[in-house]
Amino acid sequence: MKVSHLTVSNISKQFDKNEVIKNLAFTVEKNEFVSILGPSGSGKSTIFSLIGGILSPDQGTIHLDHQVINGKRGFISYMPQTPSLLPWRTIVENVLLGQELQGKKEKEEALEMIDIAGLAGYENAYPHELSGGMKQRASFIRALLSPQSIICLDEPFSALDELTRLDMQKWLLSIWEEHRRTILFVTHNIEEALFLSDRIIVLSNKPSQVAAEFHVPFSRPREESLFLEDEFLEWKRKIYYSLKKTGE
Amino acid sequence: MMKVIAKGWRPLLVLLLLFIGWETVAIKSRVPDWLLPTPTKIFYEGFNGWANFYPDLLSTIKLSLLGFALGLVIGLLTAILLHLLPFIRESIYPLLIISQNIPIIVLAPLLVIWFGFGLLPKMIVITLVCFFPITVAALDGFKQTSNELKHYMIMAGASNKQLFWKLELPYALPSLFSGLKISATYSVMGAVISEWLGAKDGIGVYMTLASSSFRTDRVFVAIFAIVALSLLFFSIIVLIERWLVRWQLKGAK
Ligand SMILES: Nc1ncnc2c1ncn2[C@@H]1O[C@H](COP(=O)(O)OP(=O)(O)OP(=O)(O)O)[C@@H](O)[C@H]1O
Ligand SMILES: [Mg+2]
Repeated sequence: MKVSHLTVSNISKQFDKNEVIKNLAFTVEKNEFVSILGPSGSGKSTIFSLIGGILSPDQGTIHLDHQVINGKRGFISYMPQTPSLLPWRTIVENVLLGQELQGKKEKEEALEMIDIAGLAGYENAYPHELSGGMKQRASFIRALLSPQSIICLDEPFSALDELTRLDMQKWLLSIWEEHRRTILFVTHNIEEALFLSDRIIVLSNKPSQVAAEFHVPFSRPREESLFLEDEFLEWKRKIYYSLKKTGE
Repeated sequence: MMKVIAKGWRPLLVLLLLFIGWETVAIKSRVPDWLLPTPTKIFYEGFNGWANFYPDLLSTIKLSLLGFALGLVIGLLTAILLHLLPFIRESIYPLLIISQNIPIIVLAPLLVIWFGFGLLPKMIVITLVCFFPITVAALDGFKQTSNELKHYMIMAGASNKQLFWKLELPYALPSLFSGLKISATYSVMGAVISEWLGAKDGIGVYMTLASSSFRTDRVFVAIFAIVALSLLFFSIIVLIERWLVRWQLKGAK
């Protein structure tokens, strides 16, 4: 039997009396872009903490390939909502941090990615000299350069303004389409999930489970014009209703 | 450099005015020199007696540097230990505070009884006044580490060791330096006090001899030397800070 890259099997988690996740199960294939869509407070960040090994599930197992990674750290690379760059490190040094934590550093590769990311000239700048969007780019490059095979992104663009966010989504897609990796992407923005992903997992309200799952049919590379196509809007409606249903 | 001059002239002017006022009052009211010498007489003594005073100054500098270094090492180690082992922190922290409430003047003679006149009791005195600001500042710095950054580091798989060296220690640097500045000035004071315990030379010795022979001008020379030395140490720490924490200066926050 073929094993998925990431397999989350029937995990549950509660904080004291607060049941956040119950019997949650999903899989992510190698090099697939999967979004988790759910209302605020549904436990999306908690799912990442479980996969990242900061928390252990009360029940169930999390597999990466054949390995159980319950409560084990270091198996994912991560991009949080805020850029979380270390203020005393230059951009190159920050971008290399993910690699540094796991062992070897490849500066050449980092400089190249910084260039591709559109941050050329800022290699030796400090984070406070960059705009919010640029910091998020650096943060994504840091995750991309980390040696782990799966990248978890927790609402990475939600703190940005509308225009920058659209730029960043296009930018992310263009980089990812060139440098394929397995991505698990958390968001509460339907359009964002539709535009970026191969597959969307909709969470129910607390305690969260998988309420619905959609395979996004749009071909790649995807263009900005996709946002205005009828099919896109139809999908948006469909997902909107499935989200709405979970809220009731 | 221009900035230092631009900002420094005001306190210098105030100091100058103070000296001029002191000089005129002392001359007008004819206060005897052994009670309050005029600034000119003090500077005169400082200049003329330099050859005599110089070895004492040097010895105190050496002692304070040595004591400060020891205080730094012990202060930092204590902070790291208390930070990494929270259960020790709860039991030791109150004792640290108590250590600061024991008057050094009372403790000093006891140290001599226990450890003699050698270097050890002096080091204990200086370390005792130096380590505490460093420990407290470093501990505060470690504790204030941004949760956001910590969360990222842990999620990215940082070990506890990496978390400390790559995040918590650099994050604590600005805070640590405010402790270092205090300790650097305290170290001079600590050195002078420790010299009162009994030493061959040092500003403390010079001062005791001067005051027992009513050479008040010399007492003031000693006071000015202590002030100047403290300022010097302070500035050196500030310079090192500027260099090490330069990422912060360049920017907005
Ligand atoms: N460490 C914790 N201890 C106690 N309760 C927690 C903890 N972490 C999360 N929770 C609770 O779990 C629930 C889900 O939180 P979580 O942050 O995972 O939601 P989320 O889906 O990421 O929300 P958002 O979209 O606002 O980021 C919340 O009710 C929260 O109070
Ligand atoms: Mg969240």
